[in-house]
Amino acid sequence: MSVIEARGLRKKFRTTVALDGIDLSVEPGRILGLIGPNGAGKSTALNAILGLIPFEGELRVLGHDPWAARDALMRDVCFIADVAVLPRWMRVSQALDYVAGVHPRFDRAKAEKLLAKTDVRRSSRVRELSKGMVTQLHLALVMAIDARLLVLDEPTLGLDILYRKQFYDALLTDYFDGARTIVVTTHQVEEIQNVLTDFMFIHHGRIVLACSMEEFERRYAEVTLHPERLAAARELRPIHERQVFGRSTLLFDGADRRQLQQLGDVRTPGIADVFVAVIGNASNDRQAEGRRT
Amino acid sequence: MSSTESNAMPETPEPLPAHAGGSSASGPAALSPLRLAYWSLLRELWEHRWIYIVPLIVAAVFLVGFTIGAARIPFPLPRHARFPQFSPARLIEMPFDMTSGALMLTYLVIAVIYCLGALHGERADRSILFWKSLPVSDVTTVVSKSIIPMVILPVITIAIIVVTQGFMLLTGSAVLLGRGLDVAALWAQVPLLAMWAGMLYHLVTVHALYYAPIYGWLLLVSGWARRAAFLWAILPIVAVLIFEKLVFNSSVFAHVLLSRLGGGPAAIPFPPHHNMPMAAPTLANLSAFLASPGLWIGLALFAAFIAGAVWLRRRQGPI
Repeated sequence: MSVIEARGLRKKFRTTVALDGIDLSVEPGRILGLIGPNGAGKSTALNAILGLIPFEGELRVLGHDPWAARDALMRDVCFIADVAVLPRWMRVSQALDYVAGVHPRFDRAKAEKLLAKTDVRRSSRVRELSKGMVTQLHLALVMAIDARLLVLDEPTLGLDILYRKQFYDALLTDYFDGARTIVVTTHQVEEIQNVLTDFMFIHHGRIVLACSMEEFERRYAEVTLHPERLAAARELRPIHERQVFGRSTLLFDGADRRQLQQLGDVRTPGIADVFVAVIGNASNDRQAEGRRT
Repeated sequence: MSSTESNAMPETPEPLPAHAGGSSASGPAALSPLRLAYWSLLRELWEHRWIYIVPLIVAAVFLVGFTIGAARIPFPLPRHARFPQFSPARLIEMPFDMTSGALMLTYLVIAVIYCLGALHGERADRSILFWKSLPVSDVTTVVSKSIIPMVILPVITIAIIVVTQGFMLLTGSAVLLGRGLDVAALWAQVPLLAMWAGMLYHLVTVHALYYAPIYGWLLLVSGWARRAAFLWAILPIVAVLIFEKLVFNSSVFAHVLLSRLGGGPAAIPFPPHHNMPMAAPTLANLSAFLASPGLWIGLALFAAFIAGAVWLRRRQGPI
């Protein structure tokens, strides 16, 4: 059974279409990154998955209709919406007591053990903790819940690089076990490229590209070359070109590796670079389409 | 440092609990609604500690004031104090009355402030996203919040009144005995058990049940307003009052409101010059109260407002 199954998922806010018919299927054990510019519909998609907003179309999360059964769903789903959402008046010990009180799958000992690795004190109030420590607390609470789906919406926004790195390290070493599923959105795409098993580009409420990391590494290649080889390289139809320090870097989709190696150093590109190329081309196509009609 | 629990724990990492990975579709059974309601209530009390601290401060002020005042009653009494309303017993009894009045007023003020913030605060500080990430339904949350003015505040108020007035009676008796005066008059003047029974009845029937639609309305506005919840709570009422006056030149709505605030026709009347009932309720009081349509209309409105607040909380996110 898929963890998330969506067909024709749509969401309209008054005049703007936030989700314009999304189909997606997330299998257990995947770490999926939703990538897109601000306002692309990432958060709307997550909110629909978490049962926070009503939607049109078909959506099942772990077999539940999230809008009809949010509270039942939350026994198997965890989410961190933002680092700033833990109630500021709450004491760390109260947060542990409360989650232990209302969550049937919360392992308090595990949360305490995770917190023991940090400087978060049990008697502190959330408002007294630094932003990084609030994240550590939230992550400890969430990781101690034996959930099947974890949703992270910009979980590291506003954190310094040290905490961001710790966050994903902890997630991979202490939480992810190959059976759980994680869906994450972030602007710091480079930092999670090695974490993801799959990603999805969302633009204007549509999925522009959905791809596993294996497929990504097979398909996309980046070559940096001398200007004299540029013409030969262009024959292979790069999807994107950029100039850095007088050398050109070309991005290819599905080109023959051996041919590319004759041109220069071949690397696996960053997701962000492919994103810029794919979204840029999509926008150009749209404009071209607009001119034709 | 070595005394902390965390350090005492073994360092060896435990293996993760065996993961069923999809076969346990149903998951563990849901926790009982009672347990969820208990924790929801507890978190309200954690967040809003002032709802019991403020009445405690009010009571403390009265208790201290009473003790100092009782010790300072001149003896023998001056000439102007020979009027019956200034008898020593009356001087000692009056503060009982004022204490009850002040604590009932405190209850109402706290209830209004609490209700207006209850569903607004969690949206303003974005913590609603944390609460909604846990398996607690919107119904449980909203109903728990409505239990604060309906159950918790009357319990807090009557408990504080009982303790405060109990202390007052003992202090007053000690002062009278110290002066060689008769204590019996004081004990006759303040029939505490009957007063407390009357007070509890008054709090439950009027402050909780009869005022229920007021709390429901405030909770609804609290879940709807983005800011200035107090103004949004008052504005429609003022608008209806003005509209009715201008269009029909009548003030039926104003009468309805005043009757609601007055506790309705079935409340136990307070004796003259008193801020509290001085007698235990009778069965006649209770049956008259239960038979008053105002009670049931009010409770129906309360249910509708609470349902509206649940509907809103389901849809509302942070503001």
